[in-house]
Amino acid sequence: MNGRVSGGVNGNLLQVDGLTCRFAGVVAVADLSFGVRAGEIKAVIGPNGAGKSTLFNMIAGVTRANAGEIRFDGARIDHLPTFVRARRGIARTFQNLQIFRDMSVVENVMVGRHLRGSAGVAQAILHGPSLHKEERAIAAAAMDLLDRFGLADKAQMQAGALSFGQLKILELARALACAPRLLLLDEPAAGLPHADADRMSEIISGLNREGMTVLLVEHNMRMVMALSHDILVLNNGRRIAEGTADEVRRHPEVLAAYLGETEDA
Amino acid sequence: MTSVSPAQSADAFSAARSPAATSVSRWRAWPHLWLAVVWLALLAVPFVAPNAYVVSLANMALINLILVASLNLLMGYAGQISLSHAGFFGLGAYASGVLNVKLGVTPWLGLPAAALISAAAAWVIGLPALRLRGHYLSMATLGWNAILVVLFNQLVNLTGGPNGLLGVQPFALGGFKLDTEARAFPLVWLVSLLVMLAILNLLRSRVGRALRAVATNELGADAVGIDSFRTKLVVFVLSAAMAGIAGSLYVHVNQYASPETFGVATSILLIVVVAIGGSGTFWGPLLGALMYTALPQILLDYEDAELMLFGLGMLIVLIVFPGGLARVPQALARVFTARRRS
Repeated sequence: MNGRVSGGVNGNLLQVDGLTCRFAGVVAVADLSFGVRAGEIKAVIGPNGAGKSTLFNMIAGVTRANAGEIRFDGARIDHLPTFVRARRGIARTFQNLQIFRDMSVVENVMVGRHLRGSAGVAQAILHGPSLHKEERAIAAAAMDLLDRFGLADKAQMQAGALSFGQLKILELARALACAPRLLLLDEPAAGLPHADADRMSEIISGLNREGMTVLLVEHNMRMVMALSHDILVLNNGRRIAEGTADEVRRHPEVLAAYLGETEDA
Repeated sequence: MTSVSPAQSADAFSAARSPAATSVSRWRAWPHLWLAVVWLALLAVPFVAPNAYVVSLANMALINLILVASLNLLMGYAGQISLSHAGFFGLGAYASGVLNVKLGVTPWLGLPAAALISAAAAWVIGLPALRLRGHYLSMATLGWNAILVVLFNQLVNLTGGPNGLLGVQPFALGGFKLDTEARAFPLVWLVSLLVMLAILNLLRSRVGRALRAVATNELGADAVGIDSFRTKLVVFVLSAAMAGIAGSLYVHVNQYASPETFGVATSILLIVVVAIGGSGTFWGPLLGALMYTALPQILLDYEDAELMLFGLGMLIVLIVFPGGLARVPQALARVFTARRRS
């Protein structure tokens, strides 16, 4: 779909095999395998406690898997710390925002641009022309992203002063500043009113049209059904269905899982 | 609502320019201007000072400034509380002083050596200690400071022990010794300016943003590819190097050093001074260092009550202005606008 994105195993940018995670005897994710193709939007859904967040955290590098493999662009990443995965090209947003609140809005995005800079301590202290040029490029890139998402006029505001909806967009802008090849979105619509959630959908599909591969965990079915090329349905840490929105919607086990949710809990 | 422009790919950013971005870099030039103005004004001190004693206080205030500003870099900006800053100060002082007294090494080489030795020690200590968080880091660094004081006291052949290190030579330019307060002042003035400039430049860079990011939100910093541990280690080493530089200045300006100057009590006091000046502000350390140097002199008349009044003063500042002296204008402005609105 996009020449920039190279495929890994079976043309999948992200490949998960036999992934298992246990917490004190409780199996959160059990022997799970799936792939995310380069250029697609894949959604992971399921009732509460299905293992979505655990799966997300294992891919992002926050939680370690007990067994199984995660491959990104063909190379294993399951043993790597989060920041190294980010360096490989995996950027993420958080369900409960992790914003640098004391920094300005534009600085938040500039931090996201960290990997595109190369200046070390000595260069920073000497502040020569090459650092100036690099800083200028980082600031320009950050402003362009803010401009694109309608936050340019708030660039110098302290990030903590933004509304919840604006913070969600700021976090997305920060993730994009990393110029990732895979974007992990943890409930991008959670807590947003209808109009803002629709706008978030629009932004995500716009990014995808430009070639961004997206893996999202989301409760908002309207968003999932409208955006996703492929949906993975989890229940009790296992895959119960995988396919397009239409296939998943009609799947008997999916219906049972969602209808039976109150009994399970 | 902004529309999503389809033409823009994530890789096109580096070439892009926008008018708003240039205004960001223009705003950036201001602190440098202020730094120049303040340091030019400081240059007048030896000329307007009524006596040599006041000049010696100015020297001490600027050496303290290096200490407070470097600790502020670590504590205020990077969020790491170290209780061994006075220890690195002492390590720098003894390194430069002992090299001079025992081996006749010129202070001009002693100063960079002091920076390197303090930095190397910080690197060795930081590797395990910075893996600890919060109070555990404080405890580990406190232990390190205590060990250093024991070494300063016990290595009598090198350090002179509790009697102090005697016979330290001043800085000299050819045959011209910087052995009076007024002669030492330009050097202290210049070095403190360079340290402040280094800190300012660092903060206004990718490295500075990374360390502030790590301090406010490690999860968020991790997620954009910042190596939190390495970032903390770099700042810890850098701030120790600066403390080492302050130590070298101290020992050659005073031509003497003794262990009690570099104890845990000083480390604690330095943390309080960072807080009083305004933790995480660029100008806070200057205000803090001035107060830290001047207040005990003003209180000398009160003899026994001196320490108590000093502590009381610090308490009052922190209760009335929890953000520190450097944030007083902001706090006042907020009160003023709130009143006008009601």
